[in-house]
Amino acid sequence: MKNVYINSVGSISAQKTYDNNEFLSEVVSYQEQILPVVDPNYKDYIPPAAARRMAKGIKMGVVASKIALQDAGLEEVDAIITGTGMGCLRDSEKFLSAILDNKEQYLTPTSFIQSTHNTVGGQIALELQCKGYNFTYVHSSVSFESAMMDAKLQLELDEAKNILIGGVDEIGEYTAGLHKIIGHIKPEAEDVLQVLQSKTKGAIYGEGANFFVLSNERNENSYGKIKSVSIFNTLSKSELNNEAEAFLSANGVSAEDIDVVVLGNNGDVEFDGYYETLANGLFQNTPQVCYKHLCGEFNTASSFGFWVTAKMLKNQALPEVLRFNDFPVKEIKQVLLYNQYRGENHSFTLVEQC
Amino acid sequence: MGKGVAITGMGIVSAIGNNVDENYQSLIAGKKGISRISKIDTIHKGDIMVGEIATTNQEFISQMGLSPENNYSRTALLGAVAAKQAVNSAGITDITKYKTGLISATSVGGMDMTEKYYYEYPTNTAVQKYIDGHHAGDSTQKIAEQLGILKGVVTTISTACSSAANAIMFGARLIKSGQLDRVVVGGADCLSMFTINGFKTLMILSDTYNTPFDEHRKGLNLGEAAAYLVLESDAVVKAENKPVLAYVKGYGNANDAFHQTASSENGDGATLAMEKALEVAGLEPKDIDYINAHGTATGNNDLSEGRAIIRVFGDAVPEFSSTKAYTGHTLAAAGAIEAVYSILALQHNTIFPNLNFKMPMEAFDIRPEVSLKSKELHTVMSNSFGFGGNCSTVIFSKEA
Repeated sequence: MKNVYINSVGSISAQKTYDNNEFLSEVVSYQEQILPVVDPNYKDYIPPAAARRMAKGIKMGVVASKIALQDAGLEEVDAIITGTGMGCLRDSEKFLSAILDNKEQYLTPTSFIQSTHNTVGGQIALELQCKGYNFTYVHSSVSFESAMMDAKLQLELDEAKNILIGGVDEIGEYTAGLHKIIGHIKPEAEDVLQVLQSKTKGAIYGEGANFFVLSNERNENSYGKIKSVSIFNTLSKSELNNEAEAFLSANGVSAEDIDVVVLGNNGDVEFDGYYETLANGLFQNTPQVCYKHLCGEFNTASSFGFWVTAKMLKNQALPEVLRFNDFPVKEIKQVLLYNQYRGENHSFTLVEQC
Repeated sequence: MGKGVAITGMGIVSAIGNNVDENYQSLIAGKKGISRISKIDTIHKGDIMVGEIATTNQEFISQMGLSPENNYSRTALLGAVAAKQAVNSAGITDITKYKTGLISATSVGGMDMTEKYYYEYPTNTAVQKYIDGHHAGDSTQKIAEQLGILKGVVTTISTACSSAANAIMFGARLIKSGQLDRVVVGGADCLSMFTINGFKTLMILSDTYNTPFDEHRKGLNLGEAAAYLVLESDAVVKAENKPVLAYVKGYGNANDAFHQTASSENGDGATLAMEKALEVAGLEPKDIDYINAHGTATGNNDLSEGRAIIRVFGDAVPEFSSTKAYTGHTLAAAGAIEAVYSILALQHNTIFPNLNFKMPMEAFDIRPEVSLKSKELHTVMSNSFGFGGNCSTVIFSKEA
C-alpha cells in the first residue's frame, strides 16, 4: 500500500488564509454571530463575468481549488472529491422562496441548478476540465473526512496519483436565522477570539473552502502524510478516550507520541464536553490546538482544522492564537485531529510529518 | 483483477411496489407506477405525471412505530423502510456482529418538510423540529439508527442522479479494501415541490408517460423511491454460509466536464464510466448480457447515452432498456432502484421491457428491448448519469 501525502493547500476562510506564504500572521477578530470570509481577489483566478454568476460556495470552492493546484504545481488531477454539508445553500433558499413567493410561477432554472449539492464539484471539474472520478459527500460534520477517506483509499491502492479534495460550505441568511431560532447559533454576537470560553449554548457560524491535493508521491512541497482517518456516526463521551486510544494503537502510536492534538471546540457549552473528555483525559499532557474561534462552525469547518495541521507540520510552527493550553511544543511530528458536531458524526484523523 | 463483492440482501420501495416481490411482479406485468400527482400541493398537478408511492407518511410512521414527536422527512421514511428490508433479506439478526457501515445517497434530503414549513418555522414551534432534518445527512443518520448501526462508517453521497450508483461503488470499495466487513448501500429521495419546479424550469418534464429512447420523447417523469443492498465480505459470506444474490463486479465513475446540467453530445463521461467499469470487472464489452440504461427520456440524455453505448459496444450492443417508464426518474435513488432491477434480471434471467417505446430515434439505429424477454444472463450493466457531469456505471454479475 502506498503512502498518502498532503502536497498542497488552498484555503478561503474568515482569516486571511488564501495566501500560502502566510500562516495566520495577522488574525482578524470579529464580534458576530456569523463570520464572513476574507475574500481573495476572485478575479485573479476566474473571469469577472463568470465570477458574478457563481454562487459564493462555487466561487470559494473553485478558487481554493485553483490555489491548491498552483501550490502543488499541477495543471490537472486524477479525481475531485468534495465534502459539503449544505451545498450551495443560498441558491436553495433563493429557489425555494421564489417558489413560495410566486406560487410556483415565473421561475428560472439558475438557482435550481446551483442548488444541487454536487454543483461545486461539477464546476471545479468544468474549470479544470477534469473528466476523472468526481464524488460529493454531504454528511454533516464528516463530509470532508468522507472525501478524505475515499481519496486515501484510491491513492493507497494506486488507482490515482493526485486527488483534489476539499470541504466547502456557505452561509444562507434565512437558514442561519432558523438555526438561531433552534439555538444552534449563539443568541448574541460574541467576541469570537474568546468564544471557546463562552458559557452559552450554540456556536458562532462561519463559511469557507479548504482544498488540498493529496498524492501518493511525496515531493519537496509535501506538508505531511495522512496515516489514518476514521468516522463514527455515534460515539458517547464515555467511549471517547478508549476509541481514541484504539484508533492510535491501530496505527502503531500511543497518546504520548502525539505532539499536538487538534480539537474542534466551538464554544457550545452543550457539546464541547466531548472535546474536554479528551483534553482532560488521554491528552491532558499534550499540547492542544483549537481553530473554530478563527473560522466559525460549519459542516466542513474541520477542513480548516486540517489546513491548520498541514501548515503546522510543514512550517514547524504553532501560532499562539491556536493554542488551547500552554504545554511546550518541540518538534511537531504526529498530529491527531478530533471533531464532532452536536454530539454526532465524530472523526479522528492522524497526520504525520514527512 | 475483477473479483466481485457479494450482495446478500436487497430492499426497495417504489411507485411499482413496496417490496422486492411487488416490484418484480409489476416489472414482469408491464405495470407502470406513473400517475397524476396526489400528495404534493403544486399548481403543476394537471400538467405533469410522477411516480408516487401510495403509502402515506402517517402509514409509514405507524408501520415503523415512530413516536409522534419524530422529525422524519419522507426521504428518511422511505430510506428506513427499504434499508430494513435489505437487512432482513440478508438474514442479519445482529448488525453489530461485524464491522458494518451505511453509505446512503439523497438529493432532496429533508426538503419536503422544509418547503412545507419554511415561512412557518419562525412562529410555529411545533414544526421547528424539522429544521435540523433538512440537511442531506439527516436521513442517513436516521436510517443508521433504525438499523442499529452504531459507531460505524456512516456517510451520504449526493451527486444528483448518479448518487446511489456512487454509494454502491464506494461501499464495494470499502469491502474490497477490508475497511468494512459489511455495508448497506443505496439511496432515497422523496418527491418535493422543489424538485418538481426545478425540473419544470429546465423544461425536461413530460406532460404524459415518459418514453425512453423514443424519437418523440418529451422528457422525464419524476419519481420517489428508496432501495438498498447489503454488501458483505467473502469472509462474512463464508462464516455465515450466506446465499449470495449477485455480485458487484465492476464500477466506473467519470465526469463529463462539459456543462453543469447537460450531457455532452457524444457522451464522453458516460463512455468513460462504462469503460472503467468494464476494466474494473475485467470484462470485455461482449461479456455484458443486458444494459439497464439510465434512459430518462429527456432529449439530451437518451441521445448522449445511446451514442456512448455505441462507442463502447460498437455494432454488438446487447439488449438494453430503461425501467424509468415504470418508476419515473427517482433521482438520487435511481442507481439503487435499478441495481435491484438488475439483480432481479440476473436472478430470473429476464430482461424487463422499455415501456412506451414507439418510434426509433433517428440519430442511431439501436433500439431498446420493448417486450419481456427471457435470456440467460450472467452480467448486467447499470448506468446512472447526473447533473454536474457525474457519470456512473455499475456491473452486476451472477458469478463472483
